Amino acid sequence: METLLALLAIPLAGGPLLWLFGERDAAPEVNAAVSFATLVVAAVLTAQVISGGPVMGLYEQFFVDPLNVFLVTLTAFVGFTTSLFSRPYMRFEREHGRMTPARLRLYHSMYQMFMFTMLLALTTNNMGILWVAMEAATLATVLLVSVYRTAASLEAAWKYFILCGVGIAQALFGTILLYFAAERVLGAEGNALLWTHLNQVKGDLEPAIMSLAFVFLLVGYGTKVGLVPLHNWLPDAHAEGPTPISAVLSGLLLNVALYSVVRCKVLADGALDSRFAGNMMMGFGLLSVVVAAFFLSRQRDIKRMFAYSSIEHMGLMTFAFGMGGPIANFAALLHMTVHSLVKSAIFFTVGHAVQGAGTQVMEDIRGVLKLSPTVGWGLLLGTLAILGMPPFGVFASEFLMLTTAMREHPWATPFLLLALGVAFASVFGKIQPMVFGDSSHEPYRHQPALLPVFIHLAIALMLGLYIPPYLAAWYTQAAKLLG
Amino acid sequence: MNPLYGQVVNLFASALLLLAFAMLAQRRIVALINLFALQGLALVGSTATVAFATGQSHLYYSAAITLVLKVVILPYILHRLIRQLNVKWDIETLINIPTMMLVGIVLVIFAFNLALPISQFSQSIARGTLGIALACVLMSFLMMITRSKAVPQVIGFLAMENGLFFAATSATYGMPMVVELGIALDVLVGMVILGVFLFQIREQFDSLDIHHLEKLRDD
Repeated sequence: METLLALLAIPLAGGPLLWLFGERDAAPEVNAAVSFATLVVAAVLTAQVISGGPVMGLYEQFFVDPLNVFLVTLTAFVGFTTSLFSRPYMRFEREHGRMTPARLRLYHSMYQMFMFTMLLALTTNNMGILWVAMEAATLATVLLVSVYRTAASLEAAWKYFILCGVGIAQALFGTILLYFAAERVLGAEGNALLWTHLNQVKGDLEPAIMSLAFVFLLVGYGTKVGLVPLHNWLPDAHAEGPTPISAVLSGLLLNVALYSVVRCKVLADGALDSRFAGNMMMGFGLLSVVVAAFFLSRQRDIKRMFAYSSIEHMGLMTFAFGMGGPIANFAALLHMTVHSLVKSAIFFTVGHAVQGAGTQVMEDIRGVLKLSPTVGWGLLLGTLAILGMPPFGVFASEFLMLTTAMREHPWATPFLLLALGVAFASVFGKIQPMVFGDSSHEPYRHQPALLPVFIHLAIALMLGLYIPPYLAAWYTQAAKLLG
Repeated sequence: MNPLYGQVVNLFASALLLLAFAMLAQRRIVALINLFALQGLALVGSTATVAFATGQSHLYYSAAITLVLKVVILPYILHRLIRQLNVKWDIETLINIPTMMLVGIVLVIFAFNLALPISQFSQSIARGTLGIALACVLMSFLMMITRSKAVPQVIGFLAMENGLFFAATSATYGMPMVVELGIALDVLVGMVILGVFLFQIREQFDSLDIHHLEKLRDD
């Protein structure tokens, strides 16, 4: 209980602290230290949940069960490694005049506020607070997307704000309908929006209301997941914001948004006899996978391309959660983990490569391997991992998803295979000349942040070869919880 | 329960809908802000009536929050903003207001049809109004889509929040207090950030026309 509150309190205090700390040189280190403290507390919390079962706190407003605890750890972990990466990245940006001390101050304090909203969304038991936290996450990141104040970044941030705002308004309407359905069973009191209470009475919720509520919730949170056709904000926000922000948007925000959808799906499944919720998710998921795969080949900007790759992978997970069942859920949870590790690692290397070449246009980035072997290898291995090459973890999860799809929904497999093939061809075809090839640029003068990249890739590799038994047990438990 | 209260809530609901139509057709920014404030006032009226009729005391608090936030603070910020941005007397050229009205009517019919099977489950005295709430949300959408200036888009965004809030009080007796406070905080922070943002856009493009913000495309 205390651990849970500490988990939320640290980043919440970190935001104002970094604002007060202001423009001093050590701010990046303080940011990393606060993120590290969050990670330590998250690890302690995980240990508690593993040994002592679900934790509930503050009049049941917060709870941690096997499903969200692994996302909490993942969020804290990626938050910490990204803060490490942002140190050399931001130092470079400052030396080149793209970041001023005032902007860095905003960046650091909003970074912690973003972490707070993510952790709040994950640990809250209240579906209303979940909505508030998701909206707050948009608010915390919108000024970071526009932090460079270029025309393109302003446009990206405006789009992000308006589209996500409109989307999340749908989710609020869905939440109101959910409350409406719950109130008839649980009575009009504060408890009627608590997920654990709803979960107990989900069979009694009025199906007509719940199906409409789920549609609104899926569309609303789906906008933040980046599901096609609600994905327009995502490539722009990823491409125009600073790269550490792209890494946390892809690695964390999308996961948490999908987590919200999945929580709602559990309730809708309980209330409806049909597979309505699952089918909706499968439809949106499959559409996202296919559309994003074909958009991949048309990209020229490297960050845009990997943003589309994120849409593709979020689509895969949505599809897998939509199929449901222990194996598909297991695969989706595993995919969530490895995708967020690998994708953020890719964005770290991309950040360095872009800084070295001075452009985001892929045709103008050449010979990364020659300029910096570590960045080059990181980018190459990360790309192979995200494209689903064995022995990385993405292969394992995609393999599980595909076999489940073949068994239960054979009609979907050709689409999935086609999309994965197209994605492989277009991404690898573009990354390969970037990594190899010749370059006229000088070798990087700054020291890239290598540790985060290779730790992420190493974990993704490990998860492909061997899932530690406690982790497997934990995934299985979470998958069972989802039904 | 006195059927009069239900009638009063319906009256406020119709005022809300009427104001939504008026906002759709309003071309002057100053008048738009005033309409938005009026809409907030109608919301306060309906919430207070529901609170009085049902004795749900926490609804008084939500009415008070709405009054402070949507009738006083947000319009004040907006007025200040347009004065500082020097767009106070801006008039937008809206093409084809009659067509927009017709589309608005279609949206209202659609919203009523969507809400009909659901509102029969409501025990609230204001159950007939769920359709109106949804219609207000959809019309704010329409407004955001059709406007080409940033400030009216922001107002559309805020009006959408009004519709959602009305849905919460009409279908149920308001959301739990902690959620309502959280939503109010989000709206307020969002407004402040939007304000900062408008200045950034203005600095970059020398105008608040969002046609400047349509450059990013996939080749």
